[in-house]
Amino acid sequence: MAQDSMIRAEGLQKRFGRTVALAGVDLDVPAGSILGVLGPNGSGKTTTVRILTTLSRPTAGSAWVAGHDVVHEAPAVRRNIGVTAQDATVDELLTGRQNLVMVGKLSGLRRADARARADELLAQFDLTDAADRVLNGYSGGMRRRLDLAAGLVTRPPVLFLDEPTTGLDPTSRVRMWDIIRVLVKDGATLLLTTQYLDEADELADRIVVIDHGKVIAEGTSAELKTATGGARLELTLSESHADAAAALQPFVSGPVRESHDGRRLRAPVRSGSGLATAVVHAFDAAGITVDDLEVHQPSLDDVFFSLTGHPSVPDDEGDADEEPVRAKVEEEHS
Amino acid sequence: MTVTALTPSSSLRTPRPPGVVRRLCDVLALTGRNIVHIAREPLQLSDVTVQPVLFTLLFVYVFGAGVVLPGGQSYADFAIAGLLAFSLTTSAMGTGVGLSTDLNSGVIDRFGTLPMWRPTVLVSRSITDLLTSCLCALIVAITGLYLGWRPTGGVDSIAAGFAIFLLFAYALSWGCACLGLVSKGPESAQGVGLVILFPLAIVSNALVPTQRMPAVIRAVADWNPVSAVTAAGRTLWHNPNPSASIHAWPMQHPVEASLLWCALLLLVFAPLGTVLYRRRTTR
Repeated sequence: MAQDSMIRAEGLQKRFGRTVALAGVDLDVPAGSILGVLGPNGSGKTTTVRILTTLSRPTAGSAWVAGHDVVHEAPAVRRNIGVTAQDATVDELLTGRQNLVMVGKLSGLRRADARARADELLAQFDLTDAADRVLNGYSGGMRRRLDLAAGLVTRPPVLFLDEPTTGLDPTSRVRMWDIIRVLVKDGATLLLTTQYLDEADELADRIVVIDHGKVIAEGTSAELKTATGGARLELTLSESHADAAAALQPFVSGPVRESHDGRRLRAPVRSGSGLATAVVHAFDAAGITVDDLEVHQPSLDDVFFSLTGHPSVPDDEGDADEEPVRAKVEEEHS
Repeated sequence: MTVTALTPSSSLRTPRPPGVVRRLCDVLALTGRNIVHIAREPLQLSDVTVQPVLFTLLFVYVFGAGVVLPGGQSYADFAIAGLLAFSLTTSAMGTGVGLSTDLNSGVIDRFGTLPMWRPTVLVSRSITDLLTSCLCALIVAITGLYLGWRPTGGVDSIAAGFAIFLLFAYALSWGCACLGLVSKGPESAQGVGLVILFPLAIVSNALVPTQRMPAVIRAVADWNPVSAVTAAGRTLWHNPNPSASIHAWPMQHPVEASLLWCALLLLVFAPLGTVLYRRRTTR
């Protein structure tokens, strides 16, 4: 597969009056890969996508999409991109079919082509039954699928999905993930923003973490986790034992913490194959009985917390729609 | 869901290359969409349908009885050109309101990422409103004919009269588009539009002859483009035109004055609108 970069940004900055939305963002997305842009609300994800999709001009810095400068060659960029924005960018007063046909025509397709393509997309996104209904009657998930379909009308080589699953219920979310995976299998290059760590983990080849308009970390999901410092070991003993901490010492990479009753031990460890077995053997040899043993691989939540010092999803941000999804993220974290 | 079959089954021909044809297609596509919007909410047409009928009836029956025209001419004959000018002027803000509605909806971002001709949104809006202006003219004319209005002077001259009204409505809609582009939302566009367009329509020869107006207001009225267009309509339709005796140049040459006013409005507001639109949508 070609390693040419399909999306590249160098030192992108954006100021709105005194507010600095982007403080110098660099990105590089090779053809055929998915970049996950991870960050909390207001971190600059959407501003980055708006600049890359020609909806906004950078205050400083440059960016290229499919080899074209996003400021000076905007029309050429627009011929190569498909966009699904955070707020549904479909026409509320048209039917699903009318929306897709309109997008086709405005992309330069001839009428017959625009109609054929609309039918095809409606079928692929399971919207055929609702095709001739006005969007007022669509559910959130249907609207998102239509929005994604609208971005695919001309089969663009580069796709931008800005928080494609925010506000969706867990079922619609998993469905959206399936669609996204197929898109990339078909050869598209994709930039996906999300505030859900499991989503980036699930879909992205590489992840860029943005906070306060800056890239604060980047790499594969595994690299980011490693950078945060390996796994965490948790042991529960049948009863406290004076030599327990000493027995654990050869495996740890940091201080061992004991609970008040001395039955629970926690320590950062270098994860490796056979770790759990080795620990159990060592304790057995020392005559210490182990009730429970857990090795926690770091989650992206841990990564985010260690990088930014604040949790990935602020607690005060309230949107009823997001509740189930956030609950899921937190579940995995605990 | 058949996500496994996202790979295209049909083959698309290459999109039309940029050029005049492509631009026309873009404008047609979006004009079609605007018409679907109107079909979904036909009540938004009330300012070019119900309202003109109502105003025409009210003016002819209520004021017609009180206004005495020189030589005892028919008020209906005098009033229809003025009422058409009045209705077209006051409904012109529909362009600004429609545009502002678009700008505040999510679909504007979709348009911004499509490889379409940039001014399409503006041009399509102005064409949609030209179509509704045609409807307005038709409805005022029918109401007028019912009330006894009779244009004479031949088909060419009558058609030329209507053409001037429609051209003026089109030119004015670009001015209103600019207002829509600088206003926060449709409601404020409507509010600001009313404050500008109502005096424009009233301080003119459209509803009453200007002769008895106070000197300052009369000077404004005689140079008001609405007066020029109204006088042009009355002249071309051979209807009573009291302004013909006024010495101000536009009243002596209403057709030329109307055309100059339209050209001026278009030359100023079409480029301004395009710039404002670009600013508003690329932030």
